[in-house]
Formats: sequence, C-alpha cells, structure tokens
Amino acid sequence: MTSDAPPPPIAKPTQPPTTGIPITAASFTLRRRPTSEKLLDLGFHQLTLLLASFVAILLLLIVITVFHGAREAMASFGLRFLTTSAWDPVNEQYGAFIAIYGTLVTSLLSLLIAIPLGVGTAIFITEDLIPTAMRNVIGVMVELLAAIPSVVLGLWAIFVMEPAIRPALDLLHHWLGWSPLFATVPQGPGMAPAILILVVMILPIITAISRDALNQVPIELRQGAYGVGTTRWGALFNIILPAAVSAITGGVMLALGRAMGETMAVTMIIGNALNFDVSLLAPGNTIASMLANQFGEADGIQVSALMYAALILMLLTFVVNVMAQWVVRRLSLKY
Amino acid sequence: MTSTLINSSTALGTETCLSLQNVTISYGKFEAVRNVFMDIPRGKVTAFIGPSGCGKSTVLRALNRMNDLVPGCTLKGRVLFDQHDLYDPRVDPVEVRRRIGMVFQKPNPFPKTIYENIAFGARINGFKGDMDELVERSLRKAAVWDECKDKLKESGLALSGGQQQRLCIARAIATEPEVILMDEPCSALDPISTLKIEETMHDLKRSYTIVIVTHNMQQAVRVADMTAFFNAEAVEGGTGKVGYLVEFNDTERIFNAPGQQATQDYVSGRFG
Amino acid sequence: MTRTPLSYSNTPLFERRPLTYNPSLARNRLNQCCTALAGFFSAVAVLPLFLVLLYVLVQGGQLLSLKLFTELPPAPGLEGGGIGNAVLGTVLVTLIASLISIPIGVGGGIYLSEYSAKGWFAQFVRFANDVLAGVPSIISGVFVYGIVVATRAFAGQSYSALAGGLALSVLMLPTVIKTTDEGLKLVPQELRWGAYGVGASKFVTIVKITLPSAFTPIATGVVLGIARAAGETAPLIFTALFSPFWPEGVFNPIATMSVLIFNFAIMPYEAQNELAWAASFVLVIMILAANLLARWISRLARS
Repeated sequence: MTSDAPPPPIAKPTQPPTTGIPITAASFTLRRRPTSEKLLDLGFHQLTLLLASFVAILLLLIVITVFHGAREAMASFGLRFLTTSAWDPVNEQYGAFIAIYGTLVTSLLSLLIAIPLGVGTAIFITEDLIPTAMRNVIGVMVELLAAIPSVVLGLWAIFVMEPAIRPALDLLHHWLGWSPLFATVPQGPGMAPAILILVVMILPIITAISRDALNQVPIELRQGAYGVGTTRWGALFNIILPAAVSAITGGVMLALGRAMGETMAVTMIIGNALNFDVSLLAPGNTIASMLANQFGEADGIQVSALMYAALILMLLTFVVNVMAQWVVRRLSLKY
Repeated sequence: MTSTLINSSTALGTETCLSLQNVTISYGKFEAVRNVFMDIPRGKVTAFIGPSGCGKSTVLRALNRMNDLVPGCTLKGRVLFDQHDLYDPRVDPVEVRRRIGMVFQKPNPFPKTIYENIAFGARINGFKGDMDELVERSLRKAAVWDECKDKLKESGLALSGGQQQRLCIARAIATEPEVILMDEPCSALDPISTLKIEETMHDLKRSYTIVIVTHNMQQAVRVADMTAFFNAEAVEGGTGKVGYLVEFNDTERIFNAPGQQATQDYVSGRFG
Repeated sequence: MTRTPLSYSNTPLFERRPLTYNPSLARNRLNQCCTALAGFFSAVAVLPLFLVLLYVLVQGGQLLSLKLFTELPPAPGLEGGGIGNAVLGTVLVTLIASLISIPIGVGGGIYLSEYSAKGWFAQFVRFANDVLAGVPSIISGVFVYGIVVATRAFAGQSYSALAGGLALSVLMLPTVIKTTDEGLKLVPQELRWGAYGVGASKFVTIVKITLPSAFTPIATGVVLGIARAAGETAPLIFTALFSPFWPEGVFNPIATMSVLIFNFAIMPYEAQNELAWAASFVLVIMILAANLLARWISRLARS
C-alpha cells in the first residue's frame, strides 16, 4: 500500500480507505487491494523506468559503436588526421582536414547570414508592425519551411538555386577574385551554394526561437521603455533585445549544431571535393557529406577513418549543443 | 487649505493641463469607457478612483498614448494637452510620452544598472548636461538616493519592490516631463513603501502635474487635490460593462459632499 | 507654489520639440529604415518556401498519374516508370520506426514526468535526450551501420528495411520523449489528485486520466516526428540502402522516396531527374498534410 503511495502533496483523502498512512489497515478497511493490481502498478513503474533508461543506453551505445569503429584509424593516424587533407584509399592515407574545414566554414558563414535574417523576421512578426493575421501567416510559413525535407531542398538547390545564383557568384569572383576566398571560377556545386542552402535550413530554427524569446519579454518592460519616450526600435535595441539575448543565443547555438550535422542538401550541392581549396566558390566537403558519400562503398581502414570523422562531428555537435543549453540556463533572463 | 485650493483653482481656471472632450475608448468592438469630459488642472494631483473594470486605467493610459501599444484599441473624442490634440494624426506619440511620463502598476526597472535606468531616458531625450548630477537629482527627488547611492552600478532589479518603484519614479522624472501619470503605483507594495511613495508625490506635485489611478480611497484622500470617480454599468444587450465618469471635483467634495448617489455609495464603502 | 512654465520653451537641459511627427528626425529615419529592413528580411525568409513549393508542385505535379504509384523506376536510360516501390518503402520504414520509437518514447516520457520529475536520474535522462536530439541524423545511420549492418545481425542480412527503420527510430525517439514529458507536465495536478482521491492506483491514474488528457500535445508531437522521419534520408542511405524492385520483406534492402530523390537527382538521365521531382512532390504533400493535421489536432483541442 505504501510502496506506490502517491507523492506527498496529495489532497486530503475524502474516503478513509484510501488514506496513505497505513494505521493497521485492517482496522478500517475490509477490502484489500488485490495482489495483481499492486503487481501491475509496480510492473508499470519498472517498465517505464526501463524505457527511460533506454535513451541513456542508446546514447552510450552510439558513442561506443562510433568510438570502437574509429579505434583503428585513431591508432594509425592520431591527431594528424585533423590537420592533413590526404584522402587516398589506394595508399590508405586519410586526413579529414578538408571536411573539418568545410564543416566549420559552411556552418559559421551560414549562421552569419541567417542570424540577421532570422532575428529580423522574428522582430517583424512579434512587433506590432503589420496586422496579426499577416504575422501569423509569415510565422506558419517559416515553420513549414522547416518541415521541407533536406533532400528536397538539395534537389531544388541543384536544379533551381545553383543555376539562378551563378551570375551573382560570377560577379563576386569578378570583383573579389584577388582574394583567395573568391579565387576560383564558380562551376556548379561548391561551398557558396551549400552555405546558402544551409541558411534556408537553419533560418526557421533561429526565427522560431527568437520569436519565442521576444514574446517572453514581459509587457511591463516594453511599456517602461515606451513610457520614457523611446521609439519602437529604440526600445528594441536598448531594452527588448538585450532582455531576450540569451534565449536567442541559445537558439543560434542550436542552429549551429544543426548546420554542422546537416547532411543531404549539403552533400548534393557542395561538390564533395577531395582536394583542398580555400575558395568559397570551389567545391568543398563536410564531414557529414563525406560520410553520406563514402560510407556505403568503404571497407577496411576507410570505414574506420570515416568513423573517426563521425566521432569528430559528434564531438563538435555535442559541444555546441551543450553550450547552447548552458547559455540558455546560465544567462537566463533577469527581469 | 481646501478653501484656498478651490479658490486658486477657480482663479486659475484657464490653467488646464489635460482636457478630455467626449472621449470614448474601445478595445475592438467593445467600449471600455465612454463619453468622458474632464479638465485636469496643472500643478495638482488628480486621482482616478472607481471599481475594477470602470476604465480608469484605460483613460490614464490614453493621456500619453500608451494605448497605442494595445492592438485594436481605438479612441474617439479629443484629448487636449496645452491646447494640442494628442490624437491628431500629425502627432508623434514618442514626443508625447517624452512630455508626459508614466509610472506603472508593477515596478518595471530595466534590466540595467540603477545609473543606466535613469540615464537611459535622459540620453534618448537629448540630455546635454552633467549626467551624474541628473542621476543624483532624480534619485533624490524620488527619495531613493540614500538607499542606492552606494550601488549605482548594480542592477536595478537588486532593489526591493518599493525601491524599484521609486527608481521608476526617478526614471520618469529624470526626463523632466510636464505630467507624470501613475497607474496604481502602490498596489504591488507594502504599506511602508506606499507611505514613502506618497511622501514622494507630495514633494513632486510642486513641480509636476500628477495623475494617479488608485484602488485605495484613503490614498486618494491623502495625496490628491482633485478626484474623479469612475463607475461601470452593464450595456444593454452586451456582455461586458462600459465605464463612465460619474463625478469630478475637489477631493474634499468627492469624499465629504458628493453630488451623486453612486459616489456617496462608493466612498462610504457600500459597494466596489 | 512653483510652477513649471506653460509653453514649449526649452528647459535648460532638454530640448523640447513640438508634438508633431517630424519624419526627418534622425530617430524617425532610423526607425523607418529598421522597419523596412525587418520587412525585407521576412520577405527573404519566406521566399525560399515559395520557390521550393512552386518548383516541387510544378515540376513534380506534371508527372502525377496513377502510373507513378503502380510502376517501378525505369532502368537508367529508359523512359517512363514510377516510384511505387519507394512510396511503399517509405511507408514501411516509417511504420517500423514509429512502432519502435512511439512505445519507448511514450513510456520513457511517462517515467520522466510521472515517476521521477525531479530526481537526478530523470535529469540525466533529459540531458541525454537533449544530446540525442542534437546528434546529426547521419550519425544515427553510422551507428546502425556499425551495430546492425556490418555485423549482419538481422537474419544474416546486411542492408535491410529493418535497419533503416531502426536508424529512423533513433531520430524520432527524442522528439517523442520530449513531447510526452512536456505534454504530461501540462496536465493539472488537481486531476491526478482527484483520481488518487477516489482510490485509483498510479497505473490506473496514468492510463485512464493523465495520458488521455495529454493526448493532444503528445499526438501533435508524434505526428510531427513521423513527418520529419518520413523525409529523412541521411540515416537510410547505408542502412535501408535502395532497391529497384518492390519491397521484399523487412530483411532486405528497400527503396524509399527520400533515398530515391538523392540517387536520381545526381543521375545524368532526364527520366530519373523527373522521377526525383515527382517523389519530392509526393513527399512534400505527405509532410505538409501531416503538419496541417498536427495543427488541426491542436486547434481542435483548444476550441
């Protein structure tokens, strides 16, 4: 009877037989709970405990599997793996530098573009600038954008976006060709279109989280700002955005994690280069797209090298995601 | 004292600061308060009293166009401030709020330092003088200087509720508005903080016109020169209530010899 | 009594301007610029959705016919054909993933919310769940490849529909747990107390009272989770692989729409590219329908 007693803040029992305190139960109850019911209760508790533990076990299994698979490559390449760019199945020499560089560059640059777009959109649909109905429509559309599968965006990027932006990339090369970042002639797939498609993919996350953050800023704070005579954007820049900045930062970090791990659309448009080129207009590679391209056909130490790369990707996203949670919790709004 | 007040107000009858002329305020289709006529005198404390839902806060917020922030809120009639219609389409609400400051029901210091809380409003208003001096002067006027002179660089949120509210008063007076609106400034505070804020108001009314909404009739008696009593009545066929102004007169008269039965009932505690 | 001056005369410290709106003031100019910029950003943010939907609907809609759902994809170089096997495969693999992740996820969510809301273990599981949600989708493919495909754990087969379903379920699980946990937390405590008050056991309370009243948020989350899983590709390319044939049970490689799009998009044949668009059309319609369904469920509950 006590083992499954409900948590302490239980309401005053109205019927004596259900009292949680067992004062010689027989003294005022004639009907005991059947054993089967108790067993069911206990069994259900244990079952849900088992299912919940499953998440932790699964996470552990993933880490172990990837780590185990990567051991051979770690032993033969060590930390050199991070800084060399050879990817040579014939001589069994592997280095992930191209992919690591591509992962970091594409995700960070896409973030740089997506932050103003996402936060700007969030402001546009939380402030009273346009009618509520229109604000909701824009909000729903951005959410639907998040629902479009990555592979469909990749298809669109190959056949529609990349040809459409090629002239702009050509211009970029024309003007800024002196800089190593734009030194190559754009020829179809490359880092630049990959960055743009990543912007499309992480924009909804940043917008949604910024929108929630702005909505959570208390109305009193807004009134206070207007009360001393600020303009709308004065209030936004000085009071409202600073109050929401930690939640927005958390969202941006989540988006970064997502961008680093994003696979399909990037794989389809980045060109999967095997040679290093610092230029953004040249084909590149990311860890995720390298995995998507090669895992199916790899064997021997190449599988291990890919596992090693997967481990690095996991570490990167893990650090970013944990930092995102930390930012949200530690710098949580003080008002 | 009261007689002189009446005399002076009649003598200086032209000195109307804010004039409401047939003001009706609606949220969407529902009228919150209708047909308000009122002349708020300059340099006095005017209190709005009345039961909940009678629209007194709504009227107060109409005086510096705070209701603009509420979607669907519309105003009919005219609100004149120094003979200028505040709801003229050419009027910039930001400019209005710089001239008519506001203190809110819940203390709402900005999540900045105490110093910045004061300096922020002054800076955006184009303040040209010595900021340190202004901060000190404002905090002194709001009677909160002694409590926070040693922690100007700490967050305004670290203060107690009553101190926060006085910080908000200091913030409002730092921009040297002509009018200060107070929306139930003491409703979230304990009696001692309330008393301190009332003392502050007594000092402030020498230099500002103050309009205060209060639930507390004793407070109106203590601080206000003029009192407006609002009431609400059910609308025919409607579900909600609509507020209206019952009576507006010297505080003395409202509480001792009201002209309306409803006022008499309310101030003697028979309802509301 | 000292009185403030009546007029708009400037106080020594503040410059007073007339009340009228002056559009040439720096602050008003800045305001207008910022508003225009925010509006422009929103337009840019919405534009891709329009363009993607436009192309998918136009390009993919052209090929819409009954044949699309009843025929197999053509061999490279040939014309015509359909994506019947891939449609069936997507349904099957998503079903497998749902059958695995929904019971585990709902059960785990019940534990987190009902049995150990604040305990260290629950906090740890929540943390692990958040980490799992952040694991890139390709990693779940790598994981299932390493643990199932490479070891030939299922009936001696390497690539299989079951492996694909397993990889997708790894992705779905965090979503289901989180929505269940948060959905149950929304149930008012009084409801539970009421049930305990009439002598219901914990099991009965959860199954008969708590879970049903949290049905809407959980269902919404689960529908969205399924929709997301149906469009996932990365975990499938080296678990379920692909097959040009009709599905041959859960222990064999299987075609799915998402992998079909990936494979056919990069082929140099027109017919295959067109089928990729057609598959995108079907997939996007399915996913948008699921999203609208989820919205409808939550709106239904609100009214």
